[in-house]
Amino acid sequence: MSTLNYIMKRILQIIPVMIIVTILIFFMIRLIPGDPVTVLLGEKATPEMVKLLTIKMGLDKPIYIQYLFFMKGLVTFDLGNSLHYKIPVFDLINKRFVVTITLTFFTVIFSALISFVTGYMAGLKKDKIEDQIIRMGALVALSMPQFWVGLILLIAFAVKINIFPVGGWGTTWPEHLRAIILPAFTQSLMTAALLARNLRNGVVDTLKMDFVDFARSKGLDERSVKRDHIIRNALISYITLLSMRMAYMLGGSIIIEKVFALPGIGALMIDSIYSRDYAVIQAVVIIFAVIVITINILTDIAYSFLDPRVKLD
Amino acid sequence: MSKINIDAKNTIDISLSNNKKTPLLKRSMSINVGAVMVSIMLVFAIFPNLIATHNPTDIDFGAMLQAPSSEHYFGTDNYGRDIFSRVVYSTRIDLTIGVIATIVPLIVGTILGLLAGYYGRWIDTILMRTLDVFMAFPFMVLVIAIVAVLGPGINNVYIAIWLVGWKYYARLVRSKVLVIKNSEYIQAAKVLGYSDARIILRHILPNAISSAIVFAASDVVMCMLAAASLSFLGLGVQPPTPEWGSIIADGRAYISTAWWITAFPGLFLVIAGTGFSLFGDGLSDLIRTKGR
Repeated sequence: MSTLNYIMKRILQIIPVMIIVTILIFFMIRLIPGDPVTVLLGEKATPEMVKLLTIKMGLDKPIYIQYLFFMKGLVTFDLGNSLHYKIPVFDLINKRFVVTITLTFFTVIFSALISFVTGYMAGLKKDKIEDQIIRMGALVALSMPQFWVGLILLIAFAVKINIFPVGGWGTTWPEHLRAIILPAFTQSLMTAALLARNLRNGVVDTLKMDFVDFARSKGLDERSVKRDHIIRNALISYITLLSMRMAYMLGGSIIIEKVFALPGIGALMIDSIYSRDYAVIQAVVIIFAVIVITINILTDIAYSFLDPRVKLD
Repeated sequence: MSKINIDAKNTIDISLSNNKKTPLLKRSMSINVGAVMVSIMLVFAIFPNLIATHNPTDIDFGAMLQAPSSEHYFGTDNYGRDIFSRVVYSTRIDLTIGVIATIVPLIVGTILGLLAGYYGRWIDTILMRTLDVFMAFPFMVLVIAIVAVLGPGINNVYIAIWLVGWKYYARLVRSKVLVIKNSEYIQAAKVLGYSDARIILRHILPNAISSAIVFAASDVVMCMLAAASLSFLGLGVQPPTPEWGSIIADGRAYISTAWWITAFPGLFLVIAGTGFSLFGDGLSDLIRTKGR
């Protein structure tokens, strides 16, 4: 199958998945106990007010009509109004999106930096002391709760030594950058550990390949053997894993944003759960799903370019 | 679909299974150290009353926010409760959560993976499309969304993790079954006229389950961390029940004055998690050596 056909097929495959995802979220959110109209109006609402708002919000219509309205809103970027903030959900998310994206961006950078150095070294020094320390470090990093690591870093670098702010996002870009370092570092540890393990094993496996021996026996100097043969081959699964982890980071950002008081969409989701603001919850979950589906497909496509041995079907 | 099946959880398994030539001594080392760490945690979980120095829920306003001392090993919180005792008593609930949250998806996912992999056709199509939908959500996002719908509380955390966790096992077992199904001994069993049930249970399951069990050992850690995160957010174990995640949440307001409330429960989480990870690491090596 040609690459173009493959890409088209993958994109067409999203449509049914997206429809089921929206149905799932739509009905799941409506299972939440408690009537949104009563939540919105509070305890003192008169029956007339409740009835009026129910009609206004379309809640008197059959559920499938409500779903169609919901879908119509989705494709026109009208995600409804937040019950709690009384503004359109789209505006609410729009503002906070940049925080989450910045966090994810720096997490990716930190993860790549840490894991590349450690994973590559561990792979070259297989079973030596460096390798053992790095592998043990990766194992511990995978067992650490992110919210705890975040708080410990806050205690160390914001309370005891006052280098970073104790949470918050600031108002200017220099402040934003200073605020994002600790949370991004915290979040990168787990991904860095996974990536370092992956790269280490990739390097170890590649070192065993005949083409590496061949490159050496051709008389290539050690540096170009490493650069052109070992790293390039080990990087294929490394990059795939990194992009897959980006989807995972969005989930992790929910907790990290709460720990560091960052006003991102993850923190918005949690706050909306507390205030039962379900228009916001469903919008955030759908946005997460859209991003993840997009990343997965881009990864599949990138993988087929990176590794010509992958059979497309 | 392309043939890429890498994601966060699977990778643990992939990277484990690549450490093939570990020397024998180190192999037994990691399983031994892991077993010791898990055993210590088990002792804490089974006999908290023998180890704890105070009642974990006793409020003592005369001893609020005290630093670690010989009276209170890990200090006290804002209600004067003894952190050491609270941390020790939490062990049982946290380990239980990790194990229960892992076992149900292990069983359900394995059964679904076996059926889909063995019978293929529409069963497989339905499973794979369902997996596509579940894979569209980051693990924590879906778990939190489900807890949001069901309401906070530990039982709902179980349900949420069960609803989401099976997908990893189903995918793992299915891919194993697809390979095993075409092997000669399964063909032979079919020629001999064995029933499907017998082939699946006696011939495929024993060969397919090992990787799922290895994954489960690291999944216990993931589930424990996920449940602690939910408790930290106030969606899991509810106060005053001591739980590592919720104690850390208690300490959050006092990070500038009383770091010990936050630090110690997390340390226990790390020790328990590292223990299970080492144990799983060693287990995977053991199973692989036996298999060869």
